[in-house]
Amino acid sequence: MSDEPIVQFQGVTKSFGDLVVLDSFDLDVAPNEHISVIGPSGSGKSTLLRVLMTIERIDSGTIKVDGDYLWHMEREGRLVPANEAHLRKVRGKVGMVFQQFNLFPHMSALRNVTEAPIHVLGMAKEEATERAVELLNMVGLSDKMESFPAQLSGGQQQRVAIARALAMRPKVMMFDEVTSALDPELVGEVLGVMRTLATEHALTMIIVTHQMGFAREISDRICFIEGGRIVEQGPPDRIFSAPESERTRAFLKAVLEV
Amino acid sequence: MIWNWEFVWAEALPPLLKVVHITVLATLYGFAIAAVLGLLLALLRRAPVRLVSWPVVGFIEYVRSTPLLIQIYIVYFGLLPALDLDPTPFFAGVLALGIHFSTYTSEVYRAGIESVPRGQWEAATALNFRLTQKMFRVILPQAIPPVIPALGNYLVAMFKETPLLAAIGVLELLLTAKNTGSYTFRYIEPFTIVGVFFLIMSIVASLGILRLEDWLKQRRPG
Amino acid sequence: MREDVSLLVFARELLLAAPVTIEITLGAAVLAFAMSILFGLARLSRIWLVRALARIYVEFFRGSSALVQLFWLFYVLPHFGILLEPITVGIVGLGLNAGAYGAEIVRGAVIAVDRGQYEAATALNFSRSRTMIRIILPQALVAMMPPFGNLFIELLKGTALVSLITITDITFRAAQLNVFTLQSMEIFSVAINVYLVLALAIIFFMRSMERRLGRGLGRVGGVS
Ligand SMILES: Nc1ncnc2c1ncn2[C@@H]1O[C@H](COP(=O)(O)OP(=O)(O)OP(=O)(O)O)[C@@H](O)[C@H]1O
Ligand SMILES: [Mg+2]
Repeated sequence: MSDEPIVQFQGVTKSFGDLVVLDSFDLDVAPNEHISVIGPSGSGKSTLLRVLMTIERIDSGTIKVDGDYLWHMEREGRLVPANEAHLRKVRGKVGMVFQQFNLFPHMSALRNVTEAPIHVLGMAKEEATERAVELLNMVGLSDKMESFPAQLSGGQQQRVAIARALAMRPKVMMFDEVTSALDPELVGEVLGVMRTLATEHALTMIIVTHQMGFAREISDRICFIEGGRIVEQGPPDRIFSAPESERTRAFLKAVLEV
Repeated sequence: MIWNWEFVWAEALPPLLKVVHITVLATLYGFAIAAVLGLLLALLRRAPVRLVSWPVVGFIEYVRSTPLLIQIYIVYFGLLPALDLDPTPFFAGVLALGIHFSTYTSEVYRAGIESVPRGQWEAATALNFRLTQKMFRVILPQAIPPVIPALGNYLVAMFKETPLLAAIGVLELLLTAKNTGSYTFRYIEPFTIVGVFFLIMSIVASLGILRLEDWLKQRRPG
Repeated sequence: MREDVSLLVFARELLLAAPVTIEITLGAAVLAFAMSILFGLARLSRIWLVRALARIYVEFFRGSSALVQLFWLFYVLPHFGILLEPITVGIVGLGLNAGAYGAEIVRGAVIAVDRGQYEAATALNFSRSRTMIRIILPQALVAMMPPFGNLFIELLKGTALVSLITITDITFRAAQLNVFTLQSMEIFSVAINVYLVLALAIIFFMRSMERRLGRGLGRVGGVS
C-alpha cells in the first residue's frame, strides 16, 4: 500500500483567462518523499501548490490525495465536482506555508497555532495548547508564545507559520518560497527547521524554492517545470550535475550564476 | 434684550433636560441596529449567489438615495402596522434610523473586509476553516478595528438626524423646543439651546473619533 | 382595481408637488456650490482671520443638525423682523448646510492637487489668485465631482425636511394625503419612488458632468 502515491496529479489543467498555467500536468508524489519544484518565475510553481491546497480551482484533470479525489467525489461510479464537506475532508491532509507567512495578526503566536486545531479539529483547548507549545519549542520559539506577529522578526513569523501548519497534522506539507521574503541572515533559521522536519519526521514535503543548494541537500527528487509542464525530473545529483534538457541547463546556469 | 436668561432657566431649559435622554437613546439604539444590520448587509452582499447579492446591492442603493423622513413615515405608518405591530413613534423612528444608516455602515464594513489581505483568506483555507469561521475568526477581527472611526462618523451623523423623529411625534429635543416655543411665543432660546447641544456633542464626538483614529494607527505598526 | 387607480392618483398628486422639491434642490445646490468654493478656499487662506471664520462656518453648519437649523431660521428670524418666504428659508437653510460639507470637499480637492502645479505656476510668474483660478481649481474640480455628486443626492434627500416648515413639497403632499386617505404604504411608496427618480436624474447629470470635465483634462475617470 505504501507504494500508492500520496499525491497524484493527472492531466491537471489550470488557466487564468487565456494563460495556461498548468498544462495537462502529471505528478506522483510518494509517501514521505521530499520533492523540490524549481522553475522560472511564472512557470506555475505556486499555482501547482495552490490547487493542491484548494486555494485555486482546477479546470480539468484530477488530483488524488491519499487515495481520495480532491476536487471530485465519486457518486454512482461517476466523478462529480466535490462539495464543501468533501473538500474539507481531503484538504485536511494537506498543509501549506506561504511566502508572506500570512500569520493572523490579531492572535498571539500560540493562538495562531491552537486556533485551527480547536475550532476545525475540535481538539480540547488543553490538548491543543500542549501540542502548540511542543511545536513552538521545536521551531525554537518557546520564549515567543505570547508575542504577536508584528512583534516577531520575519524568520520567527515563518517558524510560527510552520508550527501552525504542522499543528493540523497534515500528511503533506507544502512550502512556497518560504524564505523569499526574509532578510538573508534570517533564511538559515527557517531552512534549519525544514531540515529537521525532513530528517526527523515522517512527512511528505513539496517545496518550491530558489535555494538550489538547499533543494539539492534535502530533496529525494527535483522537478523542473516550465510552461505548466514538468520538463525534467530526477534525483538532485543528476539534475544538478547532468541535466538532460537544454532548458533545465539554461535555467540552472542562470540561477547558479547569480 | 433679545436673549432672556431668566426664560432659559425657568422655561426653555427644564423641559429639554427632561427629554435629552430620548435623543441620546434614539441615537444609541438606532446605531446598534445600523451596526448589526450593516454588517449583515455587507456579508450578504458578498454572497456568491447573485440572487442574494443583487437585491442587497439594490436595497442599499435605494435606501441611500431616498429621504430618511419618508422612510420614517413608511416604517411608522406603513410597515409596522402591516406587520401587525402597534408602533410607538420612538420604536418606528429608531428602526428607520437604523435601517437608513445600515446602508452606510455596510459600505464601511465592506471597505474594511476588502482591505484584509488575500493571504489571510488563503491561510484560513489552508487551515481548513469553514466559511463562517474564516469570516468571524480571521477576517472580521482584522477588518473592523480600522473602520471604527468611520463607523463613529456615522454615529455622529445619525445623532444629527434624530430631530427628524419629531415628525412622527417623538418628544425629543427639537419637538420639545418647538412646543415650548408654541405656547410661550419665544422660539429663540429653546431652538438655540438645542442647536448648541447638537453642536457641542458632535464636535466633542468628532474630536474623540480623531483621537481614536490616532490610537488605532499607533497600535498597528506599518 | 381600486388600488391601481389610487396609486395613479397619488402619483399625479405627488408629481404636482415635485416642482417645489426641484426648485428647492436646485436653489440650494447653487447656493451650496457657491458657499463650497468660497469657504473651501477661505479655509486655505493665508490670512488667519479668514481661515478662522471659514472654520467656524463649516463646524457650525455641519455640527448642529440641519433640521434644527431650518427650524431656527423659520421660527426665530421673524423675531428679528426678518420675514422670509418659507421657500427662501428652505433654500437658504439647506444651501448653507450643504455648503459646509461642500467646503470640506473643495478644501480636500485643492490640497490634493500636485505641488508641482503650484511650482510651475509660480515659475510662470502667475499671481496667487490667478494660479488658483486658472491652474488649481480646474484640476481640483475633477476630483470634486464624485463627492459633489453624493452631496447633491444628500441635498435632495434633505429637501424632505422643508415639509416640516409648511412648504408643500412632495413629502408634505404625501403626509397630507396620508392623513386624508390612510393608505400610508401606497402613498409613501409612490413618494419614495418619485425621490428615487429625481436621485437617478442627479446621478445621470453628475456622470455627464464628470465625463465632460474629465475630457477637458485629458482623462476620463476621476482622480484617484
Ligand atoms: N489569480 C491569478 N490571476 C491571473 N493570473 C494569475 C493568477 N495567479 C497567477 N497568475 C499567473 O499565472 C502564472 C503562474 O503563476 P505562479 O504564481 O504559479 O508562478 P510561479 O512559478 O510561482 O512564479 P514565481 O517564481 O514568480 O513565484 C503567472 O504568469 C501569473 O501571473
Ligand atoms: Mg510563486
